[in-house]
Amino acid sequence: MDADHSAALLASVQEALAQKIPLRIAGGNSKAFYGRQPAGKPLSMADHRGILRYEPGELVITARAGTPLSEIEAALDAHRQMLPFEPPHFGPGATLGGTIACGLSGPRRPYAGAARDFVLGVKIINGRGEVLKFGGEVMKNVAGFDAARLMTGALGTLGILLEISLKVAPKPHHEVTLTRSCSAQQALETMTALARQPLPLSAACFSNDTLYLRLSGSESGVRAAREKIGGDLFSDQTSFWRQVREHTHDFFKSGTLLWRLSLPPAAPLLSLPGLWFIDWGGAQRWLRNPLPADVIRATAVKLGGHAMLFRGGEHTGSVFHPLPPALLALHKRLKNVFDPQGIFNPGRLYAEL
Amino acid sequence: MPKSATAALSPDLNAQVSALHRILPPEAVLAGAEESRPYECDGLTAYRNPPGVVCLPDNAHQVQEILRLCAQMHVPVVARGAGTGLSGGALPLSHGVLLSLAKFTRILELDPDNRTARVECGVRNLAISEAAAPYGLYYAPDPSSQIVCTIGGNVAENSGGVHCLKYGLTVHNVLGLKLLTMNGELLELGGNTLDTPGYDLLALLNGSEGLLGVILEVTVKLLPKPERAQLVLAAFHDVAQAGMAVGAILGAGIIPAGLEMMDNLALRAAENYTRAGYPVDAAAILLCELDGANEEVSELIMRVRDLLLANGAYEAHTARDETERLRLWAGRKSAFPAVGRLAPDYYCMDGTIPRNRLPEVLTRIAGLSQHYRLRVANVFHAGDGNLHPLILYDANQPGELKQAEEFGAKILELCLEVGGTITGEHGVGVEKLNQMCVQFASAELAQFHEIKYAFDPKGLLNPGKAVPTLQRCAEFGAMHVHHGKLPFPGLERF
Ligand SMILES: Cc1cc2nc3c(=O)[nH]c(=O)nc-3n(C[C@H](O)[C@H](O)[C@H](O)COP(=O)(O)OP(=O)(O)OC[C@H]3O[C@@H](n4cnc5c(N)ncnc54)[C@H](O)[C@@H]3O)c2cc1C
Repeated sequence: MDADHSAALLASVQEALAQKIPLRIAGGNSKAFYGRQPAGKPLSMADHRGILRYEPGELVITARAGTPLSEIEAALDAHRQMLPFEPPHFGPGATLGGTIACGLSGPRRPYAGAARDFVLGVKIINGRGEVLKFGGEVMKNVAGFDAARLMTGALGTLGILLEISLKVAPKPHHEVTLTRSCSAQQALETMTALARQPLPLSAACFSNDTLYLRLSGSESGVRAAREKIGGDLFSDQTSFWRQVREHTHDFFKSGTLLWRLSLPPAAPLLSLPGLWFIDWGGAQRWLRNPLPADVIRATAVKLGGHAMLFRGGEHTGSVFHPLPPALLALHKRLKNVFDPQGIFNPGRLYAEL
Repeated sequence: MPKSATAALSPDLNAQVSALHRILPPEAVLAGAEESRPYECDGLTAYRNPPGVVCLPDNAHQVQEILRLCAQMHVPVVARGAGTGLSGGALPLSHGVLLSLAKFTRILELDPDNRTARVECGVRNLAISEAAAPYGLYYAPDPSSQIVCTIGGNVAENSGGVHCLKYGLTVHNVLGLKLLTMNGELLELGGNTLDTPGYDLLALLNGSEGLLGVILEVTVKLLPKPERAQLVLAAFHDVAQAGMAVGAILGAGIIPAGLEMMDNLALRAAENYTRAGYPVDAAAILLCELDGANEEVSELIMRVRDLLLANGAYEAHTARDETERLRLWAGRKSAFPAVGRLAPDYYCMDGTIPRNRLPEVLTRIAGLSQHYRLRVANVFHAGDGNLHPLILYDANQPGELKQAEEFGAKILELCLEVGGTITGEHGVGVEKLNQMCVQFASAELAQFHEIKYAFDPKGLLNPGKAVPTLQRCAEFGAMHVHHGKLPFPGLERF
């Protein structure tokens, strides 16, 4: 199963360049819904797979981009380690490459860091058909610009990810989830107050009049925090946080548009109507609501945040939060220096890229 | 500005200076040799070059005007924070403007509920934690130079510190930036949110060594001060064994807040300098700090002590109280200046390696030290595998600087050979340009140049630093081939 398909992938890029036909890069297609609808000929990464190096003592794993995320997680799990950013799979086929290209992180994000925080190095094919390596497999590396991290969340528009090295972490010895019934306002206040204290928080969300707080760490540390915080012990924690991460929680099931708002965590509750799910201790808020995009975006901006259409709708217009002109121009210049002919996922992130 | 100084300037420079005087008050433009001497080098004092003109603006508008003027006159600009950089990143150009950002020292906003601080680029690293302290918060990255180095410089170098093992480097702790591009365009990236739309430009700016933009403001993440921090000092009879113990701790699933190593030469120097209370007969010591909830720290300290003793430590001493803990850290944090007293000069290396290669690499550095007949002190971020061999030499002895540089190059070669990198946190600057030719292939270097081009098409911001020209690399390779041996035979890539 493990196989190095980089030669074939490189050939596809050469061909795309010669024929001027853009490529639509796909791993396991689990996140095909995410972002704008790209143009181009499909290029599957799924066969380019396999874990290349994993030394648990080094806390680093390197794998080909098409490696299933589940395979990576199983390998880590066998050594009581994990990807600390708790990436969503959004489907059984999720690959490492897609995970990093989308740059999405799960409930642990505010406390452990985002996908980009764990990227140590990448090997890519750029839009000139060159295979390039950036970063490495060590913890600290400031040689050259951080092009590896730049790839995270770029949705494949700057190059094809071939290999990725990630920093991993030991799994916490102990984890509990506490719940408490309260209003959204009370939940937000509690989350804000708790985040200012040195507590082993590893997730905090609010939905259906319930605040969920997860604590991770050593047994004694978690016990002490639990006594301080109070609340009911929640027995079904593993499946609950999986549902939050994978959007299989009831909130995410209804049919209306799903907006993701990224806000300063302590930003007040928004006056927008609709159904809300507050995650990341207030920093990530999900909204189910058919309001016009402008209204939602303007509201987020007023509070120092931004908003994107995560699921539903057309996905041909502007999906991600629009960039101010100077930044968009810089994005175009960067796209141009990585992919001068615009063959990688054109339009997936912004229409102009 | 004294008239005599202007008179000595070249006509070009003269025109520049008068144009700068229209933007800045007289005392904020330094063009005389005397006045600009303090700016002729950064922390890498082996490289010195007097700047053409020094500008000391105190507001964003002035910086914007300076940049516009320089872009228009085609004059290169080198930004400078506190000048503590160790790779020559802030080394001035004779025909350029040295842009000192030392006056940008305001803390603009402290937001305890969102746990962020928005500060001007010239604010000292430690000043952020001091300002946040009343709220029980602090800024985690703590370079040993934190009393003086600026947050702008930290971002430009993606600096680390002794607590980065658990809390990450600067890039992991910066949420927003306000910067000016070389043509004077203001860009705002991020803010108080955990992510930003579009490409991760924050990642590019962190570690950009002043090549992509002039950073004016930084929004950093603040963390709640841990309830308790406790430090264990472990002493070893053998350096390699100390290296092995590092792996044992991390392998046991423990991520200490800091895990630092000092060898005998370094710890003796530090002991003489600060009276930290180090065991001066040890071949090496490890300083391992655990932080978190009181109960958790107690539990982990016991486990770490056991691990250290089971992995070759002949002594594991837990700091008795906060005073002793801080004293033990003070020794570590002043290790560079302390080692600096052992010889007229020292040369600080900064390679990073996979941690499991620590014992081998330390042994081989000791071998190289004998070969070059130059002493080397090791004091470094062991938990991150980030080495800081300090090569002791005397620049007044003919040939010693060259020997030291060759020794340094060998160490970097060794780091690359075991799968590491030439710089973990000090940056490339002017110092490691040749080694960049070894670490990266020409297509990769060309991609870096193009990233620079996307931000600064005229190439006027800190030109000649951080990324070598392909021509330089070709010459570097050729020069060494000419002498009959390649610098890094197994690794040469073009
Ligand atoms: C004793 C000592 C101990 C040290 N310990 C550590 C350590 O533990 N960890 C570590 O990582 N480093 C360490 N350093 C290195 C140094 O302190 C850091 O690199 C620091 O971040 C540099 O900050 P500065 O303000 O002095 O920057 P400078 O030296 O003035 O400049 C460094 C680079 O940043 C650029 N720059 C500065 N300000 C700006 C700005 N506003 N916008 C754009 N570019 C800018 C400059 O052009 C230059 O390229 C140490 C240095 C010394 C002397």
